[in-house]
Amino acid sequence: MSRSASADEQRRARVAASLKRRYGAERRFRLYGQLAVLVGLGFVALLFVSIFSKGYSAFEQTYVRVDVNYDPEVLDPAGTRKPEDLADGDYGAIVKAALRATAPEVESRAELKQLYALASNSAPRALQARIAADPTLLGRRESVWVLASDHVDQIVKGYIRRDESEESRGVTDLQIKWIDALRAKGALERRFNRQFFSGGDSREPEQAGVAGAVVGSFFTLLVTLLLSFPIGVAAAVYLEEFAPKNRYTDFIEVNINNLAAVPSIVFGLLGLAVFVQFFGLPRSVPLVGGLVLTLMTLPTIIIASRAALKAVPPSIREAALGMGASRVQAIVHHVLPLAMPGMMTGGILGMARALGESAPLLLIGMVAFIVDVPRRLTDPSTVLPVQVYLWARSSERAFVERTSGAIIVLLVFLLVMNGLAVLLRSRFERRW
Amino acid sequence: MQISSLVLLLAFLTLLAYRFGRGRAVRLVGGPRGVRDLHSLPSYYGALAAVWCAVPSLVILLAWQGFSDRVLTHLTVQSMPASVPALPAAELGLITNDVRNVIRGSVPPASASPEIRAAAATYQSLESAARAGLAVLCTLAAVLGGFVLWRRIAPDLRARNEVERLVMWLLIGCASIAILTTIGIVLSVLYEALRFFGKVPVTDFLFGTHWSPQMALSADQVGSSGAFGAVPLFAGTLLIAIIAMLVAVPIGLFAAIYLAEYADRRFRAVAKPLLETLAGIPTVVYGFFAALTVGPALRDLGQMLGLAVSTESALAAGLVMGIMIIPFISSLADDMITAVPQAMRDGSSALGATRSETIRKVVLPAALPGIVGGVLLGVSRAIGETMIVVMAAGLSANLTANPLQAVTTVTVQIVTLLVGDQEFDSPKTLAAFALGLGLFLTTLLLNIIALKVVRRYREQYE
Repeated sequence: MSRSASADEQRRARVAASLKRRYGAERRFRLYGQLAVLVGLGFVALLFVSIFSKGYSAFEQTYVRVDVNYDPEVLDPAGTRKPEDLADGDYGAIVKAALRATAPEVESRAELKQLYALASNSAPRALQARIAADPTLLGRRESVWVLASDHVDQIVKGYIRRDESEESRGVTDLQIKWIDALRAKGALERRFNRQFFSGGDSREPEQAGVAGAVVGSFFTLLVTLLLSFPIGVAAAVYLEEFAPKNRYTDFIEVNINNLAAVPSIVFGLLGLAVFVQFFGLPRSVPLVGGLVLTLMTLPTIIIASRAALKAVPPSIREAALGMGASRVQAIVHHVLPLAMPGMMTGGILGMARALGESAPLLLIGMVAFIVDVPRRLTDPSTVLPVQVYLWARSSERAFVERTSGAIIVLLVFLLVMNGLAVLLRSRFERRW
Repeated sequence: MQISSLVLLLAFLTLLAYRFGRGRAVRLVGGPRGVRDLHSLPSYYGALAAVWCAVPSLVILLAWQGFSDRVLTHLTVQSMPASVPALPAAELGLITNDVRNVIRGSVPPASASPEIRAAAATYQSLESAARAGLAVLCTLAAVLGGFVLWRRIAPDLRARNEVERLVMWLLIGCASIAILTTIGIVLSVLYEALRFFGKVPVTDFLFGTHWSPQMALSADQVGSSGAFGAVPLFAGTLLIAIIAMLVAVPIGLFAAIYLAEYADRRFRAVAKPLLETLAGIPTVVYGFFAALTVGPALRDLGQMLGLAVSTESALAAGLVMGIMIIPFISSLADDMITAVPQAMRDGSSALGATRSETIRKVVLPAALPGIVGGVLLGVSRAIGETMIVVMAAGLSANLTANPLQAVTTVTVQIVTLLVGDQEFDSPKTLAAFALGLGLFLTTLLLNIIALKVVRRYREQYE
C-alpha cells in the first residue's frame, strides 16, 4: 500500500514537472496559429494596399491649359469652311503655336521639340473635335485644357523623382522648369480622368483607357452567361432529379468533378484546337472567349446548382406528385423556383471567376493591341484581366499606375458581383 | 435574306405553331369547357407543335452556319481557272485568304488582281443564292414540321409525355457536355501532341535537358535533338510548386487549426471570409504583385545580403503563388477539422491532454487524409497556374534548383509558344500541345487521387 502510494506520488511529481513544458508547448502551438492567421490577413492587406496606393492616382490625369488661336489661315487655307476641309486642318501647328506662347523665350529647335512634348499627341485631335462641334470658333481665341503628356503627368504625380538623372526619368531639366512655371500660373492641373473610363487602349499611357476592355469583358461574359447558366441548370436538374444510377451518369459525375479542377489554360488549348482551328471561328473575338469560359465555368455552376436542388426538401416534390403533377411538372413548377436563388448565387460566383480569368483567353488571341471599343460579339477585343496583363508588360513607366487602376476597376466589378451573390443568398435563401 | 431576319421569321412561325396547336386541341374538344377530354393540358399541344416547327429548321440553320463557308470556298475555287484548284494547299490558302479579304472589304477591291476580284464576285453570288435557298428551306421545314404535328393533334395524343420526353433528352444532352468537354480536351491535345511526337521523339521530349524551341524554327533545325527537351520546364514547375506549397501548407494549416479550434466565433466570422478573399482575386493581380512588388523587393533584399537574386526569380513567383493557395488549403483543412467528431476531442481532454496535444495527436491524425487531399488539390493548382508565372517567373529554361534564379514552367512555355500568330504545322506550336497533354494528365492524376481520398474520408465520419 505504501509502495503504491509512493509510486503515485512519483507519478504526480513527474506530471507536475512536465506541466510547465506542456503548457509552454500549448502556448507556442496557439501562437503559431495566431501567427498564421495574422500572416494570411497581412498578405490580404499588403496586396490591397500595394494595388490601391499605386492605382488611385490613375483616376486623375494632368491637363495643361493652352491659349489657342483657331487661325483660319492654318486650319482652312482654302477658305471653304466645309466640315471635311476643316477636319483636314493642321491642328498640330495650332497646338505648337499655343505652346510657344507659354514660353516665348525658347528659340532653338531642340528646345522647341522639348516644349512641344509637354502636350499629349492627342491634343490636335481634341481641338479638331471642338471645331467640328462648333465651326464658329474659327478665327477666335480660347483657353482649352488639353491632356499633358505622360511624362509631365508622372512628374506632377511624383512618380518620376526630380533627383533622378535626365536620361532615366525621361524628362529634361528644361521641361521641369516649364512644368513648374505652368503650375505657378495655374495652367497645369490634375483633373478627373475621363479618358481612362471612356477610351480604348493606346500606346500612349495618357490616352489609354479601360473602356474597350470593359466592353470586351461584358460581351464575353454575356456569351458565357447565356450559355453556361441554362446548360448548367439543365445538367444539374438531370443529374439531381432524373438520372438513374448507372455507369453513364457516374461517368458524367466523375467528369464534372475533374473538369472543375483542370487548369484553366487547358481550356484555352481546347478552344484553340476546336473552336479556332477545327470550326474556323475567328481569333480574338468575345464569342470564342465566351465559349471557352462557358466550358470552364460549367462545372462550377453545375455543382452549385446541384447543391441548391439538394437543399429543397423532398416533401415539396412529394406534395406536387401527390396532387397529380408529373415529375417534370413537379420540378419545373415547384422545385426550380425554390432552388433558383441558390442557383443564381452559384451562377454569379461562376461569372465572377470567369471575369477574372485570363490564361485561356491569351491562347485564343484576345491579347491583341486593339484601340477601338468593340461593338459586336465578333469584333476583335480584349478583356479586363488581359488588359491588365498587357499594360503590366509595357515598359512605359506611366503604365504601372494605369495597370493598378485597371486592377481596381476589375476588383470593384468582382466586389459588386460577390456582394450581389451574398445579398441574394441572405435575401432569398430559405432554411427548411 | 439576312440570317438575323430569318431567325426572327422562324421565331414568329414557332409562335404561330404554338397558337395553332393549342387552338386546334381546344377546338377539337369543343371549346374550353371540353378540355377535360384532352389527354394533356392544351398548352402541351401548342408546345409540341412549336417544337416540331422550330427544331428541324434550326438544325438546317446550324448546319449551314457550320459548313457553308467551306462548301462555298470549295465551289469558288473550282470555278477559278483550272490551274488554281491544282495548287498545293499552302498557296491555295493564300489565294482564298485574298478572296476573303476582298469580300470583307478589308482590302480595297481595286488593289486585288482581276482573278481574285472575279472569285470574290463568284463567292458573293453563290452566297446570296445559297442564302435565298436556305431561307426557303428553313421556312419550308418549319411550316411542314408544324403542319405534320398539327395534323396529328387529337384528344388522345399524349402531348405532355412527348414534350417531357423531349425535355428529358435536352437535359441529358446538357449533362453530357461535361463528357464532350473531356473528350474534346483529350482528343485535341492528344492529336496535336501525337503530331509533335511524330517530329520529335518522345524520349527527347521527356528526358532532354535542353529547351530552346526558337531555334527549331529554321528548317535544318526541325526535330534536331535537344531543342525540345522538357526536363528544365518540369524542374522549374516543380521548384515553383514546392516553394508555393512551403508557403501555403504551414500558413494554411495553422490558420485552419486556429480558426477551427481556438478562435472565438466573432473573430472567426471576420477572419475566415477575409482570408478567403485571397481565393477570389484574379491571378493576373497576383502576377502583377509578384512582378512589380515582390520580385524587386527580393532583389533588393538579396543585394543587401550580398546574394545575386534575379528580378524574375522562382522565389518571387513561388511565394506569391503560395499566398494564392493559402485559402484553398485553409478552407479545406477547416472543413476536415470541424468534421472530426467532438467525442474524440472530449475523450482526449478527459485523459488530461492539453488542447494542442489533442489537436496534434487526435484531431490531425483523424483529419489527415482529408488534409492530404486538400494539399494535393493545392499542388495541382500550383502546377496549372499560369498568369503568376508568366508575369513573374521568366522565360529562360534554366535547369537549376536555386530558387534565386529565373526558371520557366510548362504553362509559361505553352503561353509563349501559342501567343501571336502561329502555324499549326511547326513543331514549335505542336510542342505547346504536348506540354498541355503532360499538364492535363498530371493534374488529372492528382485530382483523381485527391478527390478519392477526400471522399473516402468524408464517408468515414458521416
